[in-house]
Amino acid sequence: MEPAFAVLVGLFFAVAIYLMLSKHVIRILLGVAIFGNAVNLLIFTSGRVMREVAAIIPEGATTLAGPVANPLPQALILTAIVISFSFFAFLLVLAYRAYQELGTDDTDGMRVAEPEGEPLPPIGY
Amino acid sequence: MRTLIFRTAAPYLSSLMLLFSVFVLLRGHNEPGGGFIGGLIAASAFAILGIAYGAPAVRRAMYFHPMAISGFGLFLSALSGLLSYAFRVPFLTGLWTSVHVLGVEVDLSTVMFFDIGVYLVVVGSITSIALALEEREDG
Amino acid sequence: MAGESAKAVDVAGAMITGPVPAVDWLIVAPVLIPLVFGALLLMFRHEMRWHGIVALIGLAALVGADAALLSRVLEHGPLSMTMGSWLPPFGISFTADALGATFALTAGIVAFVCAIFALRDIDVSGRRYGFYPFLMLMMTGVSGAFLTGDIFNLYVWFEVFVISSFGLLVLGSERAQIDGATKYAILNLVGTTLFLIATAYLYGTFGTLNMADIARKAQTISEAAPLMTLATLYLLAFGMKAAAFPVNFWLPASYHTPRIVAAALFGGLLTKIGIYALLRTLVMLFPVERAILADLIGWVAVATMILGVLGALAQSDTRRVFGFLVISGVGVMMAGLALGTETGLSGTIFYAAHSMLIMTALYLLAGVMKEMGGSFSLHELSGLYRASPLLTGIALLLALAIAGLPPASGLWPKVLLVKAAVDANAWWLAGAILLTGFLTTIAMGRIFLFAFWRDAPAKGVAKVFDPATAARPVVGQGVLVVLTVPIVLLGVFPEPVIRVANMAAAGLLHSSAYINAVFPAGGG
Repeated sequence: MEPAFAVLVGLFFAVAIYLMLSKHVIRILLGVAIFGNAVNLLIFTSGRVMREVAAIIPEGATTLAGPVANPLPQALILTAIVISFSFFAFLLVLAYRAYQELGTDDTDGMRVAEPEGEPLPPIGY
Repeated sequence: MRTLIFRTAAPYLSSLMLLFSVFVLLRGHNEPGGGFIGGLIAASAFAILGIAYGAPAVRRAMYFHPMAISGFGLFLSALSGLLSYAFRVPFLTGLWTSVHVLGVEVDLSTVMFFDIGVYLVVVGSITSIALALEEREDG
Repeated sequence: MAGESAKAVDVAGAMITGPVPAVDWLIVAPVLIPLVFGALLLMFRHEMRWHGIVALIGLAALVGADAALLSRVLEHGPLSMTMGSWLPPFGISFTADALGATFALTAGIVAFVCAIFALRDIDVSGRRYGFYPFLMLMMTGVSGAFLTGDIFNLYVWFEVFVISSFGLLVLGSERAQIDGATKYAILNLVGTTLFLIATAYLYGTFGTLNMADIARKAQTISEAAPLMTLATLYLLAFGMKAAAFPVNFWLPASYHTPRIVAAALFGGLLTKIGIYALLRTLVMLFPVERAILADLIGWVAVATMILGVLGALAQSDTRRVFGFLVISGVGVMMAGLALGTETGLSGTIFYAAHSMLIMTALYLLAGVMKEMGGSFSLHELSGLYRASPLLTGIALLLALAIAGLPPASGLWPKVLLVKAAVDANAWWLAGAILLTGFLTTIAMGRIFLFAFWRDAPAKGVAKVFDPATAARPVVGQGVLVVLTVPIVLLGVFPEPVIRVANMAAAGLLHSSAYINAVFPAGGG
């Protein structure tokens, strides 16, 4: 299973990076969303893919019997999803706000904080 | 989006979703569910109400400011971890007790209060973001 | 883990069963205190009159807890506590060593001072927006990042302080802020996601996320493990957080836009967390790979410091000058990382503590200069010496400190770094550090010359300042005095800090004490 997942993760990264290279904030945001999902899938694959065997110690035993699915990546992914979700929600508000305030979603046009053609500092009195 | 059908259905739908979110929250104790997903369901309930009646109506319905709800949730979660201090166990250790209410045995634990805290944090913060987006659309 | 099953199964192999001494709670106190106070402030967000005072109480408690933790760590070596009674590596560990505790204490002091400054600087609208809750939550993230012993948990704390810093950054919602925040948010998100990617590979390789466990296993893991990939990815991810060249462009795009207190906090704290994480991962977890990457890190350091200070020379807005000086400081700290010797690392650690204080002080200075002189621009500022000799004296000391000249605190870390570079025969690195100091002197000297010494702005520039009627911000100047005192003291009596920095560096290089704190008697 892992090679298939590896290809999928690579595909996700490729799409995400392609989108993030765009000048438009909205495409960058779409890229960011896919980027986050690519990483989640990567964590999932890093924990080794193993199906349908829950990591539950049987009654009476003290250790696991045989190989089981790794539950930890799911906890990590859940955390990462929560974080990237709140991040994304914030970015969405911010991008919308930026579009309203600056009148553009083209990052080349966003020059309010760093205006073009600023004078150099004075050289003498 | 403000059709008659939607406006009529929205309050019922929202209250049903809120009820369901509490169910999911408490179910997370031993089965799939929990504070985060329950909080998301509750936040979507408020979002639906907001789409139907506008953000001010939601703010009235929630009574407390969403961020204040978040703050309370954060406080509750931190407190349920801090309770470990009194029992000389490391931070965030799950502590259990059961109480008898009206002849029914109810298991209480710090884990549950932590989860309720998470629920409130998610409800508060996601709703405030959703309301911020909805208010911009109106204004 | 319901009651009955816990009785039936012996859990001693997975859980802590004995009582935990109360003093161990010092390890989580620096995280819990700001978290609880932040939550309280969020709950009572309408009681804005009380926000400032409650935040000050919370931050004072934070500084107290940090100081107690540091003194305990210096006395007893690294301390560790694992959450939820699980034994490491199953539970999330919090591990405080000299490095983390020193950084946490310095960060606490910086936040406390900034909160005092904010009492006057942040108006009612800023409070309504939630300046103090965001400040407390950001400190939660910052303290958590310095004290956690789990690499995934480090990621979580990174996100906590980054998300809170967004709140501080857009406080006020001016156009320039929205513009800066968009770039800051997206690029920081990419940076933290890179961190997460590296952590995913790390988990796939080691099967553990506990840093002490990783440090232990990294020595024995097979040759085929992709440790080099991991180290390079961490270098890129944390380099981005630390604003190292060539991934530093988010910093000058955003740091001059927020309220000056927020800028002071960012300039003081955030990039140093990147440096801390670089030290933690590259020196403690992957020392062999760091040695292979040393030349690359060295050239990145040189490029960062030189290009940073050249950027500072090209700016006329004081805040933007300081933004570029933050970057050149990052370059100086990376130099110690490139050398990797004990002297070099202790230079980096000392410089980081110094940089937290000095960058905060410089941004606050820019704020006070704006309040008195009416502008941030070097074209318009003038005559501040006549308005306030006290401020001029402070500015002079701060200029000496950032340039690395005696008697202020910048001298000793640079001495350590240059000595380490010469010892390692890395003349180019030593030369770059000295050249950076020289160029910084020019950049700061120019601010001094134009803003303080000249009587009036050049012809054709509207005069915005009259020394006779200028405002004299008492709180602002008082805070600057409070910040300048430790900066000068560090310069005059550097021995205690050098000793602590040496201990921290030794703790990084020889991680056995750290590992023993997490896994007593080599168990686990």
